[in-house]
Amino acid sequence: MSFNFQRKIAQPVAPHAPAPAAVGDETCLNCLPHGVGARVVGVSGDGSIARRLMEMGVVPGARVRVIKAAPLGDPLEIRVRSYHLALRRSEAEAITVVAGD
Amino acid sequence: MSTLTTSPAPPLPADGLPISSPQRTLTVALAGNPNAGKTTLFNALTGLRQRVANYPGVTVERKEGFWSLSPDAPPARLIDLPGLYSLDAASLDEQIARDVLTGRASSHTPAPDCVVVAVDATNLARNLYLVTQLLEIGRPLVIALTMFDLAARQQDTELDVAELEEALGVPVVPVVTTQRCGLDALAAAVWRAAQEGASPGAGWRLSARAEEEIASLARGGRGEADESNARLCSLAGARYAAMIELYAEELPQDAERRASVEGARSRLAAADPRWWQEPVLARYDWIEQVAARAVRAKRGAAAERERTPTERIDRVATHKILGPLVLLLVMLVVFQAIFSWAQLPMDLIDHGFGSLGDVVRASMPAGLLTDLIVDGVIAGVGGVLVFLPQILLLFLFISLLEDSGYMARAAFIMDRLMRGVGLHGKAFMPLLSSFACAIPGIMATRTIENPKDRLATILIAPFMSCSARLPVYTLMIAAFFTGRKVFGVVSVGVLIIMSMYLLGIVVAVAVAWVLKHTILKSPPPPLVLELPPYRMPSFANVVQTIYQRASMFVRRAGTVILAISILLWALVTFPRAGAPAQGDGERVQPSANAREAETVQPAAGASNVAESAGAQTSGDKGEQIRNSFAGRLGRLIEPAIRPLGFDWQMGIGLIASFAARETLVSTLSIVYNVDDGGEQSGSLIEAVRNARRPDGRPAWTPLVAVSMMVFFVLACQCMSTVAVVKRETNSWRWPLFMVSYMLALAYVASLVTFQGGRLLGFS
Repeated sequence: MSFNFQRKIAQPVAPHAPAPAAVGDETCLNCLPHGVGARVVGVSGDGSIARRLMEMGVVPGARVRVIKAAPLGDPLEIRVRSYHLALRRSEAEAITVVAGD
Repeated sequence: MSTLTTSPAPPLPADGLPISSPQRTLTVALAGNPNAGKTTLFNALTGLRQRVANYPGVTVERKEGFWSLSPDAPPARLIDLPGLYSLDAASLDEQIARDVLTGRASSHTPAPDCVVVAVDATNLARNLYLVTQLLEIGRPLVIALTMFDLAARQQDTELDVAELEEALGVPVVPVVTTQRCGLDALAAAVWRAAQEGASPGAGWRLSARAEEEIASLARGGRGEADESNARLCSLAGARYAAMIELYAEELPQDAERRASVEGARSRLAAADPRWWQEPVLARYDWIEQVAARAVRAKRGAAAERERTPTERIDRVATHKILGPLVLLLVMLVVFQAIFSWAQLPMDLIDHGFGSLGDVVRASMPAGLLTDLIVDGVIAGVGGVLVFLPQILLLFLFISLLEDSGYMARAAFIMDRLMRGVGLHGKAFMPLLSSFACAIPGIMATRTIENPKDRLATILIAPFMSCSARLPVYTLMIAAFFTGRKVFGVVSVGVLIIMSMYLLGIVVAVAVAWVLKHTILKSPPPPLVLELPPYRMPSFANVVQTIYQRASMFVRRAGTVILAISILLWALVTFPRAGAPAQGDGERVQPSANAREAETVQPAAGASNVAESAGAQTSGDKGEQIRNSFAGRLGRLIEPAIRPLGFDWQMGIGLIASFAARETLVSTLSIVYNVDDGGEQSGSLIEAVRNARRPDGRPAWTPLVAVSMMVFFVLACQCMSTVAVVKRETNSWRWPLFMVSYMLALAYVASLVTFQGGRLLGFS
């Protein structure tokens, strides 16, 4: 699953993404620009939301992409494991991703 | 139902043994993700041989039907489980599903002989997650691969069914439900699997440390098992039960057990803070392996994926500007349908029951029995059925929106607004429906998973001004505010009606906020909502949904409504007035009863004089009402409602209107002796305008009318709503709470309106 991350990391992916860290340009799903593919690194927290997100397939290694935000800016529509999921920005913040296919 | 179960419960054969009697009714459970085509499959398998009920003590709906698996055996009982993403018992649905699968749901539902799981071929990985959990339970399993035709057509990947079957270790049967393809093969596979009674079990293991903890918990758990759990506590069962306990969010009830689970958890947490993720990760790892074997990229598939029809529709339907406009348009169409299309059938039903009553009255000897049948039973049944057209239409739209996939988009668009109040985006549609009628609105809250959010939505739904309030509003407007205009253009009446709608919304928002911060306190509900692909709703499904909802309404709510109608009839009929001696001379002291003296009413005398000018028969009717229990009640509550500007006659109207709001209009016609004219006839408007207090002042003033309308906005005067809330929450607690807090709010608001209005100089 974790192949080829290094190659993609070199490219700037998001205008407001944090500066690339030593291990890779990890960012949260909420900060990911729309339309950019990414892979899930982890889901933080141990509440029922984190659990539900993981059960829905948001597990490390899964491909995700933010499609769009709702008309009022929140929630977000994401694509994960070939289906579409709506989740709030606060929940997207708990999902760490690394950009790139 | 029970007559068809030939053997006594629990008819479980020992693990793995073939079933001895071919005549035994098999039990099959149908599981699947939401939107995986499970309902369509259930309908196709059972046809009309199904029934809907609730699981005992909870609001989760239980659907059951019969399915012929083999020509030489009785049809199997097919239990439709709630649509689920997982079995981890985070929600009530999941807990119920797990109980059904392990045979603990109820005494007469044995653990299923076979589980059929609907797996959406277009969304394999996530759908397989539920399959992994079903494999852990260890029941015989058959996969019905739905949407197989769509997967073959649309996607850039190819699915090898034989390979999938091999990798999973269970039979996989592709079905195209709309064309009834694969259903026979599915029946045959289920029949075979149930006969063999074997399950491959889970194909993965957790880390050695976790497995050790599970094994030790499983050994400790054996003692506490009761007889009916014998099967669960076979070796695989015990491991499963221990694993659920270890990874569940809650702790077991039993104190000793709780301590050992807590110990295991803290040991695991010490080694790895993310220990609880292990089963989820292990299941998905296994799914990836299965997918790697069974799914292949199509040769020549374009690297750039082209847009699916769903993505094209969503470019408009959830667009920043167009999205809300589309939603507005959808709402307009639904409202238009409910308010105007439903009018004709509603009038027909109303008139139909009216003429039925006339026919019965004409053909039966006059007397109490006839009165009971006509005014109690026929009017009561009519009062229920008159709502049916609106309910049918609303559920037509709700099931169309739900089945097509649009409902999830509405929740997506509205979530931000609803969250401001502490509610879920999914509460939007039920609340919207409640503007037509709170009953279908409350029934539509079933889509909200969190019980507290659902309850908050149910409790505020009746604040939305429903169509039953309109006759009251229009009578008040017609009597006191016709012809008045603001700035010469806007009619005061329209402004007032609009403010009443607004008042309901504002109070609902405030109440929701208070509820969510007090008795229904819970963290803001998460929104993890699948936006399913748009699909053409299936005609059969829509019809089935409407039929089930309508029949449930008529049966359950209907019986309560009928009973209360008869009670109300009795309240206005007894005690019988008109001992002949009391004639038509002095009606002031009818029965010289103690309560009369208690409520000291010179009022009764004065208004009587005014009324004796009325027609003789209706005068008797008015007399009857005044002396009836309802009339006495009206006078009894008069001191309480006088500060709101109401007198005892309005009090009777108020009491009667707790059956249904529009009853106020017909009750007032009786109280004011208006001869059987139509409900909105000019004579009632005149009578309302001319009604006088004992001191000669008008009983009704514009201020009283506004106070009355405010009361009607806020009070829960609808026994159908109460009955439905009772049904949906499975207890009397919440409906009683709802009626009392809404009544208190209505009283205070009305009081403030009337007294405040007087202070400001209105009359």
